[in-house]
Amino acid sequence: MTDVYAVSAAPHIKQRISVPSVMWQVVLALTPALLASIYFFGTKSLWLTLYGIISAVITEAVIQKIRKIPITVTDGSAVVTGMLVAFNINVSAPWWIPVVGSVFAIAIGKQIFGGLGFNIFNPALLARAFLVASWPTIMTSGWTPTRLGSISGLNSSIIPSTAIKAQNLITSATPLNVAQQLRDKVFTSGFADNLAESQAIANTIFDKLADFGTIQNLFWGNVGGVIGEVSAAALLIGAAFLAYRHIIEWRIPISYIGTVFVLTYFFGGINGLFSASILLPVFHIFAGGLILGAFFMATDMVTSPVTKKGRIYFGVGCGILTVVIRMVGGYPEGVSYSILLMNIAVPLIDRYTIPKPFGEKRIKK
Amino acid sequence: MKLMKEFTKGFIKENPVFVMALGLCPTLAVTTSVENAIGMGFAATFVLVFSNIFISLIKNFIPAKVRIPAYIVVIASFVTIIDMVMHAFVPALHKNLGLFIPLIVVNCIILGRAEAFAGKNNVIRSIFDGLGMGIGFTIAIIVIGAIREILGAGQLLGFDVLPQTYKPVLVAILAPGAFLVMGLLMGLMNLKKK
Repeated sequence: MTDVYAVSAAPHIKQRISVPSVMWQVVLALTPALLASIYFFGTKSLWLTLYGIISAVITEAVIQKIRKIPITVTDGSAVVTGMLVAFNINVSAPWWIPVVGSVFAIAIGKQIFGGLGFNIFNPALLARAFLVASWPTIMTSGWTPTRLGSISGLNSSIIPSTAIKAQNLITSATPLNVAQQLRDKVFTSGFADNLAESQAIANTIFDKLADFGTIQNLFWGNVGGVIGEVSAAALLIGAAFLAYRHIIEWRIPISYIGTVFVLTYFFGGINGLFSASILLPVFHIFAGGLILGAFFMATDMVTSPVTKKGRIYFGVGCGILTVVIRMVGGYPEGVSYSILLMNIAVPLIDRYTIPKPFGEKRIKK
Repeated sequence: MKLMKEFTKGFIKENPVFVMALGLCPTLAVTTSVENAIGMGFAATFVLVFSNIFISLIKNFIPAKVRIPAYIVVIASFVTIIDMVMHAFVPALHKNLGLFIPLIVVNCIILGRAEAFAGKNNVIRSIFDGLGMGIGFTIAIIVIGAIREILGAGQLLGFDVLPQTYKPVLVAILAPGAFLVMGLLMGLMNLKKK
């Protein structure tokens, strides 16, 4: 792939980096998250991931056969895509969801554009968008509790057991769902007999979201969600490995997560600007798919900017969109759509952030 | 023989949707079901044939500079007719298609045929051209509509064709589905041509 293009003048340092070595290392980096998911959700998450991987690999091989080009499924890129597709799926989903998702990711998301290196969107996220649009109930409800029994990461003893609606909310919804429903005041008036009491319960739940205990649950993985996002700790182990091997570089995830941190601190509270505690941004970082998205999906080499400045803009853009969707939008979580939207902007970002060659002076007109 | 060629060229060789990529607005918007597609196809074909006839009749009287407004007036007259007829006789379909019936006025297949064909050819040939193009358009949107309806609702013309256990691919009857189905069919047509 790189034989043809000589990017800069000699001398060059030759490195033994190839597509297979990068992709298999990504697979290795995703493994802790998969193990965490198997621990918290049971072996079904392993099966769903295997379905995703196998169908991605088969689809890639079949399409490359039809296109009469060399079959390159052993390079691991289809394995990574299949794995990430499955990581975006709820454990209670039926077996065909990862299969359909992987076929769509490889066929429509990748091979139609010309295969690895030519796709404009992250194939796994495209598949997620397709699945959410097609089977919204399967993809965004029916969350499974972890083996430690929590979905929202909240302890149900924080509110009186007589407030049945509030109990139902925090025992059946993911943390970001809870945050969204409190924000939109979906049930707030129904939490207790009178409005003031309801509001007090809503405030208690909201405060508990940004509680140290909740954040611990989110960090270690005692929280409902899709297969891949369950344990932030496991994802961070993988991310640290990739960063150490220089496969992902820090600019995108740091600027992405940093933007989310700042914006949720400003706008995160339900009582106006700056009403959030300092732990609320931390909650927003560990809740939902932000860690998974920022480290493993936004950093996809094909669909992220090549320039250093561009990567920061890309991360900031992802962060802004994520917070806007979480705070204002109709979906509780916006990581996948924000990355997809920024994928579209990548050629533009690259174009406006071309670095100046050393020694060049711009002549003012 | 030559007339036959004018008639059949619109089916596949110069298919207005898949080859010339004209009239994409109704193609994308009303193909959520086969019923809508058939209604749209007939309405557009009617307008196409009659505007072709009248434009080829009056082409010698229209000053070249104002030909487009003149064509639009002719086309709009027939669109008004079909709009009222559909409103009277098939109100349900009329309601389904909604805004897209008046929008036939600016359907670029019709204006395109008026400009490229009816404005230069005689009446008989224009009729065959309009009919062929109209049928080509109708076939194209029925095919797209059928695929989207089967995938997205498990139905064809309102009847269930897939087993009850089938979970519809909802995205197929949403806007992205229209782009996907049309793009894939266009790609298949290009593949065939090569």
